[in-house]
Amino acid sequence: MNDKIYKTILFLTALVVPIVCGGIVYALVTDAYSAFEHFGFFKFLTSSQWNYTQGNEQYGALPFITGTLLTTLLALLFCIPFSLPISLFVGEYFKGSLIASILSTITDLLAGIPSIIYGLWGFYTLRPLLIALNISPQGSGILTASLVLAIMIVPYASSLSAEFIKMVPNELKETAYSLGATRMEVISKVVFPVSGSGIFSSFILAIGRALGETMTVTMLIGNTNNIPLSITSTGNSMASIIANQFGEASGLRLSSLIAIGFILFLITAIINMVGKMMIKHARIS
Amino acid sequence: MQEYPKFMKRNNSRLIKDKLLFVFVCLFAGFSALPLFAILGQVLIKGYKQLSFSFFTEPTPTAYKVMLAISEGKHIPGGIANGIIGTMIMLFMAVIVAVPIGILCGAFLSENSKSKFAKVVSYLTDLLQGTPSIIIGIIVYIWVVVPMKGYSAIAGSVALCIMMLPLIIRSTEETLKILPSSLKEAGLALGGNRARVMLKVQLPSAFGGIFTGVLLAISRVIGETAPLMFTALGCSFIQYSITQPISAVPLLIWEFFNDPNLQELIWGASLFLLLFVLTLNIIAKYVAKKWNQ
Repeated sequence: MNDKIYKTILFLTALVVPIVCGGIVYALVTDAYSAFEHFGFFKFLTSSQWNYTQGNEQYGALPFITGTLLTTLLALLFCIPFSLPISLFVGEYFKGSLIASILSTITDLLAGIPSIIYGLWGFYTLRPLLIALNISPQGSGILTASLVLAIMIVPYASSLSAEFIKMVPNELKETAYSLGATRMEVISKVVFPVSGSGIFSSFILAIGRALGETMTVTMLIGNTNNIPLSITSTGNSMASIIANQFGEASGLRLSSLIAIGFILFLITAIINMVGKMMIKHARIS
Repeated sequence: MQEYPKFMKRNNSRLIKDKLLFVFVCLFAGFSALPLFAILGQVLIKGYKQLSFSFFTEPTPTAYKVMLAISEGKHIPGGIANGIIGTMIMLFMAVIVAVPIGILCGAFLSENSKSKFAKVVSYLTDLLQGTPSIIIGIIVYIWVVVPMKGYSAIAGSVALCIMMLPLIIRSTEETLKILPSSLKEAGLALGGNRARVMLKVQLPSAFGGIFTGVLLAISRVIGETAPLMFTALGCSFIQYSITQPISAVPLLIWEFFNDPNLQELIWGASLFLLLFVLTLNIIAKYVAKKWNQ
């Protein structure tokens, strides 16, 4: 009898998660519906207009989708040359040593810093630097946002890849060493091929983080509603346009912002699902 | 004479490449540690001047008072008490809801790991964890702010609660799964029913891991700004009512950032937030380490 009550209680609390997730999708779809109905789903995705003058309202998500994809891909590009060395340092060269645990503590702490503080650092330290180096005239823009995003996702990518690099069986590595391979050859011909899919999936999860990052991007991207034409130009990401305009929006504009939120939700859900599935696959094989 | 494969011939270029990779790895790994010190250093140097007793006990000053103080070269009056109290109120409400539900849900997942429903719940937990915080803000705006016809501390704490939930579920589930099954079996063999074994044996032995998870969840949501912007909104005086708009430390930083007159206050508030979050992280790591031994 007691067991039954216990099981029911557990079951009921477990229901909370599906209810919340269902509620998220339901609320996003119903509130975004009027925007999709008004502009048409594909037209909304491909239109680059964002005009909220009364009577001539035109909304399209293309500039923000481009902004999000551009910042995320650039951030990934900047993140790889740092996260791979960290994961090799922690998972291979200094595996289990004190210095490796110090480095992984540091990266863990980096992951804990609130995004608004990254934004402040980017705005007050990195932005003047980019202006002084003549890389970008106004300092803020796609490039600035993705540089700080890269620093933010390095901990996520590196700690997971390090885990996969650590799991490479010693026998495989020892076999290669006994054949006379150098450490570099062991890494490139044994460690990477074995842990490759795991490392790849950790980058996918890092992308998932970068896609939805709001405050840092809002503070650094420059907030203009045009399609960014170069990496130093300003723009807006899907998260930053919501952060900027949600508070003052109503009616069709609010619905369009929620529609952008829905698209962002779908993209991150797909990326995260792919990443988790690849991790599961990498752990089993 | 036997032909050796090319990579087995001893030549210097292989050894040099090997050394180069080692130097490259050390250099770039070391380089990646710099941002932590750069950020900490910047916030510390600019922020420590503002820290005083009144900074923690007084609410945000008006722009006029700040300008007056700056023009007279005095210490800037006021502080972030409204934000600290708001953060504490919302965090408290979020924790008392998210911790029990999260632990029970994690217990469900570890007990029924093979059932189809548990797999769905587990997948949805991942989905929830990956959902961008700004989306949580929109959702709570639709769920709570619109029906209640106003921004409130309740809405803010619902947002924080949804963000904490998947983190607590995951850490509970993973800690319970690591426990040796003999522990549970011994409890059952002594005649305890499942609920009793969970409460008296499994959860206490998993306490360290769950506690770490809760600390990390708190440290993660305490710095969140995006989900609070359209739920708690912010408030310039100390607010205790949970049905009124309320402030939070990250919201204050965002306000200071956007108001040219208040920019002097950014660093004090950031220093407080950063130290708080990093301390929680370090404590969590320490607890995890202690518990693992």
